[in-house]
Amino acid sequence: MYVVDAIPRTQHYTFDALKLDCGRTLSSVQVAYETYGQLNAAKDNAIMLLHALSGSAHAGFVNDKGEQGWWYDFIGPGKALDTERYFIICSNVLGGCSGSTGPGSIDPATGRPYGLSFPVITVGDMVRAQKCLIDGLGIETLLAVVGGSIGGMQALQWAVDYPDIVRSAVILAAANRLSAQGIAFNEVGRQAIMADPCWQNGDYYDGTPPRTGLALARMIGHITYLSEESMHEKFGRALKGVDGYRYGFFEDFEVESYLHYKGNRFVERFDANSYLYITKAMDYFDLPDLASIKSKMFIISFSSDWLFPSARLKALVRSLRRKRIDVTYCEVQSSRGHDAFLLEVAPLTDLISGFLENAGR
Amino acid sequence: MMRRFDQDIIVSLISEGSRVLDLGCGNGDLLIKLKEHGVSDIRGVEIDDRCIAVCVRKGLTVFHGDIDEGLEDYDDASFDYIVLNQTLQVVHKPTLVIKEMLRVGNKAIVSFPNFGYFRIRWYILTKGQMPKVEFLPRDWYDTPNIHLSTISDFEVFCRTRNIAIEQLIGLRSCVTGKTVKRFQNLLAQVGIFVITSERDISN
Repeated sequence: MYVVDAIPRTQHYTFDALKLDCGRTLSSVQVAYETYGQLNAAKDNAIMLLHALSGSAHAGFVNDKGEQGWWYDFIGPGKALDTERYFIICSNVLGGCSGSTGPGSIDPATGRPYGLSFPVITVGDMVRAQKCLIDGLGIETLLAVVGGSIGGMQALQWAVDYPDIVRSAVILAAANRLSAQGIAFNEVGRQAIMADPCWQNGDYYDGTPPRTGLALARMIGHITYLSEESMHEKFGRALKGVDGYRYGFFEDFEVESYLHYKGNRFVERFDANSYLYITKAMDYFDLPDLASIKSKMFIISFSSDWLFPSARLKALVRSLRRKRIDVTYCEVQSSRGHDAFLLEVAPLTDLISGFLENAGR
Repeated sequence: MMRRFDQDIIVSLISEGSRVLDLGCGNGDLLIKLKEHGVSDIRGVEIDDRCIAVCVRKGLTVFHGDIDEGLEDYDDASFDYIVLNQTLQVVHKPTLVIKEMLRVGNKAIVSFPNFGYFRIRWYILTKGQMPKVEFLPRDWYDTPNIHLSTISDFEVFCRTRNIAIEQLIGLRSCVTGKTVKRFQNLLAQVGIFVITSERDISN
């Protein structure tokens, strides 16, 4: 069969209200999403893919702007999430800034962007919004929920909150709670944003956004996504475009230049307030009670990930096993740190495709 | 592929509906046989990530880990059988592993190549070199086997640790599947033990 890669389009689903963990109710909620593949007649081949901190609904293929999805190598015919077999849904998280309702959205009550008046949201709230989306799409069961990092947290939350809907879960580089170290890095990132004079207590949508602060937050974040080994391999002490030290506070080193580049690119597409809200949701995430889970679980760690080290994921596996939940665990050998869940295509494709083949049984 | 008679014997020892944990499950062949035999609550532990991927594709529930780190993740008596098939000789801490097996499982099934087998004895006697036979084919410098033992060694090991041997099956040949009832330490290539913790009646 000749398969043409469809050009995915981000679509939007809206609903009236969403009750939040903080006690408030968010009205006129919008969820941006993309789908790949076809939902079968039995409606039992749907997979919910959950993105990480800076991701969006655009997970697979190349869109009309020529951009590859954030998990491009994993979605498509014959790939880990095989679009000839599965119907894949990926939505932008609640609180995000790529089409779903977030702090940059217009508050219907005031006609102005929410800013800090946007309620603090949790991973549970994000998942509840995704549940509204699949209800709207007429999907009653999910063959799998799949996600890495905060996407993995969402996958776990799905399995806990909707045990009769979720048949299996693939959790990459995530655990049932964020460590003190993780919270610490998130807080430094938030402080960088809030210390930027342009931040204006979150009310910057009419003026200049806090680019410097957000870029700095991204630079800090990026360090935590790599490993010492991968930074050494990638940059070493290489100098950027100069033969020797310039003896000043310039971007002498490749690694500095790389971080600046990453930071500056990030501010073009991401909202600083969304960064505050989503990292806070990560910090609050803590699921001690996993007993409700009925799904087949697959937990994958990466040997050089120090944000979510194997020991933390093994502790999650242990808690699941104590509840006699069907849990498989694999540590993928990788030098690429936390980002390995986006980069280790060959081993992950083997593991995930193999797992999904049996997920419905 | 060669028929694994050791696996067939182990499967025959386990009743349907049992909860089984296979330590060092490799590509999951024994687990699949158990599944076909009607044992549904089966799990494996394996150190090699390539084997984990194979097991996952077979739909097995497996844990990527090192059994030398013990089974601290597992509650007491949470399985009916813990299997250690042809793996005892490669673990670093056999005493710990056996102790943990008997804590986590009601019964343990341990199988290993019998170094007391007469052809091995003959090999060493005549050649004066580390034996290479069909069930122990590697050179001494290239083998993962670091704790080779004989059936008699294991019997002493159990006796001195209050471990009860419920059953011992001597496999005469892995190729034919024939078993041997007498002079097992001399005539069996593989020893398969079913062991349990002996209750301490002195207290």
